[in-house]
Amino acid sequence: MSREGRRQTVGFGALLLATLLVVIPVIFIVGMIVAKGWSALSLNFLFTMPTEGMKAGGIFPALVGTIYLVAAAVLFSLPIGIMAAIYLSEYAKDNLLTRLINLSIINLAGVSSVVYGLFGLSLFVVFLKFGVSIISGALTLGVMTLPVIITTTREALRTVPRSYREVSFSLGATRWQTVRHSVLPSAVPGIITGAILSIGRIAGETAPILFTVAAFYLPKLPHGLSDQAMALPYHLYIISTQIPGIPENYRYGTALVLVGLVLILNISATIVRARYRKRK
Amino acid sequence: MTAEAPTPKIEVRDLTVAYGRESALRNLSLDILPNEILSIIGPSNSGKTSFLRALNRMNDLEPRIRTTGTIRLDGADIRRDLAAEDLRKRVGMIFALPNPLPLSIFENIVYGPRRSGVRDKNILAGLVESSLRSAFLWDEVKDRLQSSAFKLSGGQQQRLCIARTLALGPEVILYDEPCSGLDPISTAKVEESMTELRKSQTIVLVTNNTKQAARVGTRTAFFLSGEMVEIGPTDKIFTAPDDKRTEDYIVGRFG
Repeated sequence: MSREGRRQTVGFGALLLATLLVVIPVIFIVGMIVAKGWSALSLNFLFTMPTEGMKAGGIFPALVGTIYLVAAAVLFSLPIGIMAAIYLSEYAKDNLLTRLINLSIINLAGVSSVVYGLFGLSLFVVFLKFGVSIISGALTLGVMTLPVIITTTREALRTVPRSYREVSFSLGATRWQTVRHSVLPSAVPGIITGAILSIGRIAGETAPILFTVAAFYLPKLPHGLSDQAMALPYHLYIISTQIPGIPENYRYGTALVLVGLVLILNISATIVRARYRKRK
Repeated sequence: MTAEAPTPKIEVRDLTVAYGRESALRNLSLDILPNEILSIIGPSNSGKTSFLRALNRMNDLEPRIRTTGTIRLDGADIRRDLAAEDLRKRVGMIFALPNPLPLSIFENIVYGPRRSGVRDKNILAGLVESSLRSAFLWDEVKDRLQSSAFKLSGGQQQRLCIARTLALGPEVILYDEPCSGLDPISTAKVEESMTELRKSQTIVLVTNNTKQAARVGTRTAFFLSGEMVEIGPTDKIFTAPDDKRTEDYIVGRFG
């Protein structure tokens, strides 16, 4: 008994240690960003243009650029990804072609983001002549996040009980009516989870926007989808590595804004999801 | 069967249902008469449920299942002359386990009518009341139609599912072991509604409970390993069956 008890303690200890190994670095990183960046935060920092070769002033254009990019990329990839997932999970027959498609989607999720950047450069910027612009960057980010959205949406659809579909069919509903009224409402929380994951990734990626949209320094706000824009992750990269003499709290402040932005977007999506779950 | 021999509501001819290479039902032919309660009894894997799900083409949703033979509803071939959606509105189904949708009681019942394009609020409300009354559930839920269907007890949920099917005004109702998860009191209520509905509907009842078949069935068919052994008036099947296997099953020697 005491030997079993000791074994149990050791087992729990190992699990606890593993958990701590995951959590501690996150706490450490976030703590460091907050500690070093907090002093830079001010309305001025958030809402003014950078000045003196980005050594002073604010990060407003990068913040706005990232918000534009996230919104445009999500608007593009969420509907397409959800529709593709619905097709694959509710309509497509299980054959060689759909298996190949599934395999590609899984593999696409693992492709490194710089490859998406090059893809976006050749397709959107050069071939489709969108130029280095918000639309090119957003489409590139959207394509990058499609596999995530498709996979999570399909998972969400798969967890909807089979009986919901059966009942709907047995009541004379068509396949689309069944998807629309019986399956999708139950899958929405899971789909939102996918959207949350994508938003974080879109906001944080640097490589896909490097060749497609990001401006090194652009002391004005973008006017439309065909404009170049600054973006927080790329701005952070530049002020951390390309320009000497940037104050430390300025760099960490930028990182803090990026983390905070993702956090705010995630929290709002989580609230929407919780509301949706409660409604049933 | 009998002298008057009314026109059958459903004619089944040479029906074979196969899952891949294994056949669940072989060359089955039988007539279902209007306003009867035809009980189908038999051990598991006898093809009862495959038969039932052939009648409203639920089998067609599963690509692995192959169906041959013909089924006619009022003379119309259900696979050639009718769209599956229209067929299922005329031939409703109650499943073994109560399966309400994650909606309110009201929305569960109007699910079918809404999909058929009924929008008028008064019509929908009328359908809800009349279906719930026919399913003997109205008095228990009339004050909480907007609350979730999941809050009902198992027996109430099953009667809700019956009401939901009735809201489409089906001519035939298929019951697939509808009381397998219910307590005796709920079972009695479901059976009571069945005998009441028989006045206006034709009922096919698949059941593992031979006593239930004896209680409510006007005719009874005995299925065994994908074939129909015997069909006849319930009294006869239960007192003087023609086939030894039917008798063995009923008295509980196997199954």
